[in-house]
Amino acid sequence: MQRIIKNGQVIDETWHLLDKDATLDGLSNSDDLIVPLALWREHAHALKVRDGGLGVWLDSDEEVEEIAEELGNFKVIALNFPSFTDGRHYSSARLLRERYGYQGEIRAIGDVLRDQLFFMQRCGFDAFAIRADRDPHDALQGLQDFSVCYQAAADQAPLFRRRQA
Amino acid sequence: MYVYDQYDQHIIEDRVRQFRDQTRRYLAGELSEEEFRPLRLQNGLYVQRYAPMLRVAVPYGLLSSRQLRKLAQIARDYDKGYAHISTRQNVQFNWPELEDVPEILAELATAQMHAIQTSGNCIRNTTTDQFAGVAHDELVDPRPWCEIIRQWSTFHPEFAFLPRKFKIAVNGAVSDRAAIEVHDIGLEAVRNGTGELGFRVSVGGGLGRTPIVGSFINEFLPWQHLLTYLDAVLRVYNRYGRRDNKFKARIKILVKALTPEVFAERVNAEWAHLKDGPSTLTEAEVERISRCFVDPAYQALEDQDATLARLDAEHPGFARWRARNVVAHKKPGYAAVTLSLKPTGTAPGDITDKQLDALAELADRYSFGEVRNSHEQNIILADVEQARLFELWGELRELGFATPNVGLLTDIICCPGGDYCSLANAKSIPIAEAIQRRFDDLDYLFDIGELDLNISGCMNACGHHHVGHIGILGVDKKGAEFYQVSLGGSASRDASLGQILGPSFAQEEMAEVIEKIVTVYVEKRVEDERFIDTFRRIGIEPFKERVYAANH
Repeated sequence: MQRIIKNGQVIDETWHLLDKDATLDGLSNSDDLIVPLALWREHAHALKVRDGGLGVWLDSDEEVEEIAEELGNFKVIALNFPSFTDGRHYSSARLLRERYGYQGEIRAIGDVLRDQLFFMQRCGFDAFAIRADRDPHDALQGLQDFSVCYQAAADQAPLFRRRQA
Repeated sequence: MYVYDQYDQHIIEDRVRQFRDQTRRYLAGELSEEEFRPLRLQNGLYVQRYAPMLRVAVPYGLLSSRQLRKLAQIARDYDKGYAHISTRQNVQFNWPELEDVPEILAELATAQMHAIQTSGNCIRNTTTDQFAGVAHDELVDPRPWCEIIRQWSTFHPEFAFLPRKFKIAVNGAVSDRAAIEVHDIGLEAVRNGTGELGFRVSVGGGLGRTPIVGSFINEFLPWQHLLTYLDAVLRVYNRYGRRDNKFKARIKILVKALTPEVFAERVNAEWAHLKDGPSTLTEAEVERISRCFVDPAYQALEDQDATLARLDAEHPGFARWRARNVVAHKKPGYAAVTLSLKPTGTAPGDITDKQLDALAELADRYSFGEVRNSHEQNIILADVEQARLFELWGELRELGFATPNVGLLTDIICCPGGDYCSLANAKSIPIAEAIQRRFDDLDYLFDIGELDLNISGCMNACGHHHVGHIGILGVDKKGAEFYQVSLGGSASRDASLGQILGPSFAQEEMAEVIEKIVTVYVEKRVEDERFIDTFRRIGIEPFKERVYAANH
């Protein structure tokens, strides 16, 4: 079983991530599923009436505006990093948290590595599916890289509003 | 200058710790080459032709004497005894060992220095006018705004993995010495009709493979909204800039593709959500930062015109130096002095550890303990008493800093080129030297007058060749090094990009080619016309005819 980082701890994964070309055929009714955006677009109703939990995942070229009106349907929104150098979803996470007020889980999936976690966390990610060949316990340390930050993000106001002489 | 408090110091110390561990993991094989690359780049560490190159950040070019001494020590202990001033006001070391870099960063941190975001696809060092705060034509001191941007951009979590690098420049004077229109974002500090401070905002300028002058998308951005507006611009770029082709990934390509008008609309739509949010600047913060940039303890002095004129008459060398390397200061009795790092036979911008130490001494004795790096790769003592100029000139000559060529043809902007850089197509330093030798006659050099000659070893354009009055670009022709010449570029307020003269030349032809170009100018100029003005009047044809005629 894969393990993920959630709220600063390594836990067992309970959600199933469906491939981009997944169809409704043979979907379990009770499993917790994270479905690709295309499947949600086509079969929102069928997915909503299942008993299991529902999440959606966006590839790096898919925009959060696509689901902004429907956030209440998702317990998890997973944002895919095809490569850790593709930074688009840092903006996506901030938009979900700060503009659309999404309170569920925002999970980083794909090429997710220790040295990016700190920035991801600041942008609003609270779950990290670390790349399978890396140890999530080691990656946990990345969340502690900095003790002070200058600018505002999803987590806090800018330092100039907090600074004490 | 800005002085760190405990928060600032914490951040750079955390960085040292982080990078030490990243380097350890890389050396232990836990991080692949590919994974380590962006991490080391965001700390200014390149893997070069012979050794790594470490680029140390010099925020908007300001250095204290204490920092100079630290750089001198690093040059001695970890390099081959010299450092290099880059074309973005930073300092580079060409010979450190990868294993030593964490220790170098720890040393730098003790002097409130770092190498954060000096490379990589992130927001780079913000640059400005090397005469900021002392320029006689300054309307707004850009330095507090540069520092505010520095803090905002340092480890900005949303913009650490942009499509490509991102450079911001700020100008606050009548002349634009910061070349803001060839930056990803250019900010011009202005006051509106009622005296409120704000910024004119240019986006999408840049050099490199597709040189372009930026477009102004906001004529007056009130100061309170600077950071939310920058967030909006960067967010639009981060989300919609091209990532499929690194040569089309700069913001200028996006601005061009959308048109500046549509890009501005996108920014405004984004900004509408961010405006008045938590990042809105407060008067208290601007004041806190501005306090670091108040005038030093100037004395009430008078201009020394008569004395200096007498000294000029007695010492033609002093007169020459003063004409080129000394500029007016906002305070009577003071002057700003540029130390030329372009003597013939030295790689432009190179400075030895001994010179760095000596410079620290000079800064302490003559200029309130501070210096500035310029993007022309020289160093400035910004607050020198006019009455001490002659004495200073004597000391500068001893140290090799008094070459009276600032702004002249031999004050060449030049990237490290193929001698050091693994990206380069061709060497650049030997070309600079050949040209400097050709124009070694000071009388002739002075007669030619103001002329920016810029050399880049490849189309990444670190030597800003597009905006040189004469630009030289190293190109690769079937494995051989050749040089393309362009004319008519300018990085000033009337920014323009150079036009290519024609087919490229071999290395040994270059000094001759430049001489022919200069000869055409000297023949065609009227009265005190500068090279760039003559070029704009007569066009490229006369130059073309002369240079290529000889080849047939």
